[in-house]
Amino acid sequence: MMSNIYSVKVDHGVTTTWKFFLSEIKPKGKLLTPFNIISIPIILLGLGIIVIRFWKGLGSVTNLTQEVPWGLWIGFDVVTGVAFAGGAYVICFMVYILNMQKYHSIVRITVLNGFLAYVFYAGALLLDLGRPWNVINPIIGNNFGTSSVLFLVAWHFLLYMIAQLIEFSPAIAEWLGARRAHKILSGMTIAAVIFGITLSILHQSGLGALFLMAKEKIHPLWYSEFIPLLFLVSSIFAGLSMIIFEGSISHKVFFSQISEKNHLAHKSIMHGLSKICTGTLFAYFFLQLLVFIHGKHWNMINSPYGYWFLFEMTGFVLMPMFLYFIGYRKNNILMIRIAAIITMLGVILNRLNVTVIGFRWYDHIRYVPSWMEIVVTLAVIFTEIWVFRWVINRMPVLRESPIWVKKINN
Amino acid sequence: MSLDRRKFFKVLGVTGITLAIGKEAGANQAIVSETEFSGVLFDAVRCKGCHGCEYDCADANNLPDPSESILKAEKTGMKRKTDESRRTVVNGYQTSKGEVFLKTQCMHCNEPACAAACLTQAMYKTKEGPVTWRTEKCMGCRYCMVSCPFDIPKFEYHSPNPKIQKCTMCYDRLKTGELPACVANCPNDALMFGKRRELIKEARKRIYEKPEIYVDQIYGEHEAGGTDWLYLSPVPFNELLLKTTIQNSSYPQLTKGFLYSVPSVFVLVPALLLGIQKATANIHKISESDDE
Ligand code: SF4
Ligand code: SF4
Repeated sequence: MMSNIYSVKVDHGVTTTWKFFLSEIKPKGKLLTPFNIISIPIILLGLGIIVIRFWKGLGSVTNLTQEVPWGLWIGFDVVTGVAFAGGAYVICFMVYILNMQKYHSIVRITVLNGFLAYVFYAGALLLDLGRPWNVINPIIGNNFGTSSVLFLVAWHFLLYMIAQLIEFSPAIAEWLGARRAHKILSGMTIAAVIFGITLSILHQSGLGALFLMAKEKIHPLWYSEFIPLLFLVSSIFAGLSMIIFEGSISHKVFFSQISEKNHLAHKSIMHGLSKICTGTLFAYFFLQLLVFIHGKHWNMINSPYGYWFLFEMTGFVLMPMFLYFIGYRKNNILMIRIAAIITMLGVILNRLNVTVIGFRWYDHIRYVPSWMEIVVTLAVIFTEIWVFRWVINRMPVLRESPIWVKKINN
Repeated sequence: MSLDRRKFFKVLGVTGITLAIGKEAGANQAIVSETEFSGVLFDAVRCKGCHGCEYDCADANNLPDPSESILKAEKTGMKRKTDESRRTVVNGYQTSKGEVFLKTQCMHCNEPACAAACLTQAMYKTKEGPVTWRTEKCMGCRYCMVSCPFDIPKFEYHSPNPKIQKCTMCYDRLKTGELPACVANCPNDALMFGKRRELIKEARKRIYEKPEIYVDQIYGEHEAGGTDWLYLSPVPFNELLLKTTIQNSSYPQLTKGFLYSVPSVFVLVPALLLGIQKATANIHKISESDDE
């Protein structure tokens, strides 16, 4: 049925194109699914809060203070969200640079996920800006604050989004049936991948480097000159765990779109990823250990923050590493999925410990996000999932590319 | 899938140049810091805690009248902080030598963390010394607040068009040859404006002449890599709750290592990736033809 639409669309004039877009905008499938029933009110509420935020100022909806200028929207949406989007550069590296063809079938969905994560979570940065209309200043170059890590991160977000869009664009071309564009866009993939990986290395670590100047404000157990490196390494297993998590869900939800071959590959892909996660978690743990010894923080362990640190390290680094390992050895998908979820919780915990929980740990009055900050965060996540679903139902992301693609390539 | 290498490196080159310019700009700033900055010396021995400077500051910068908050603090004994409605505050502290007053405001660091953090150069270290904030450039990201070791920049959370509030050493007045409002009006001569080098000389002289009165330290001489605002005190500075955890080297230095590594990553990583890609592509082909 879909291919019918493609073939008419290409050859006829504006009206058909228009009809095509109109028909594609409409939601497919049932409207009253449990997910929709929960997400729609939250998205609407979130929109309302955003209106208030721009009308009355940030203080009217957030619990931010002069002491704690960055809260949930930066610490979770931006810093954590981008870590989870790290899967895209890792998978691209494996498939396009190392030529591990086994993972080819998950490239598109991972890149799509990564791209949308950047659009929405990095986009959440705009909500947090007090004077968002000046956001163009560092971009159009009337003022380059080049000594700023945030300048670097912002630019890299932007460039990386473009790189990811290029990486994903063949799928869009296939959806629209644009054959010539498809050829050109596919040709740009490798360049975009190389550029994208380089950008990712820099801004994943850059997100950590943002906090380097807040030296006395972050609890010493989480502050070190190595934050950038720790952020970079943890973005690898954060991203891969996200792929495992998201892959397990879309495997069920979009079951009908996945070809027989890829169904069979699913298990082996999860298995392969669990091995990489075990390795990177181990490397990360080792790094944390080195940083800890280097920082001589023994005396801090016997304190509430010390226990919290140990909790993070054992419960959310060592434990998932162990589970991944067992899952890998026993080829146990359930174990791997559990490990992925714990790893993700651990990454959230770690990013929040650096940006929010350990920030000004010595203060008596602590920042706790307001319910409105949480609703907006949920609204951002739900909207992303909506768009994600919309794209998957239309473009060949999980399903095979149309036949003409193979013909062109041969 | 072939790659137009020349085009690819052209893109890289452009990115590299932007980054290289960044490096140069940083270097220029460092050279500027060698030139003479102006600053203010605050002498806690002379300050009588009259709060006069707070009123003058409010007047000069169109901020609300501070009397209410001053009265309230006097009643409750609460310590006040600068915020979006006041750029400076004077607090009294019970110390080993009786009550001592301390004025708080932006320190006007020689190498300010806030300006290094600012991605639009809205926070800006002028060549005269004051660190100023420029409305039309700021995008309100509040990274300056996260980075400032003295917690100085304050944000108007309750405005749809929020500004950052912080002491600018009355930069506009300085340009017309006037003194900063607080310095000009202090009835007790507790504030002295001048070139930083001369202020340090003067401070040393005061310590030397009355060693029994002053502690032998000028706060701001080395803190955060040196600040243009300097403090003399009759008691150790921690009794005045001045931050003593501040490191002596500059804060922007903490991110330099990272920023300097960026251009090399941009050159090395793509080359490396391209190399690996070519290598593995061949392996792949070989293994494929082997299979057949
Ligand atoms: S005290 Fe803070 S706001 Fe003032 S110049 Fe130094 S870093 Fe900037
Ligand atoms: S809030 Fe404004 S002044 Fe502060 S770092 Fe951001 S853009 Fe610069």
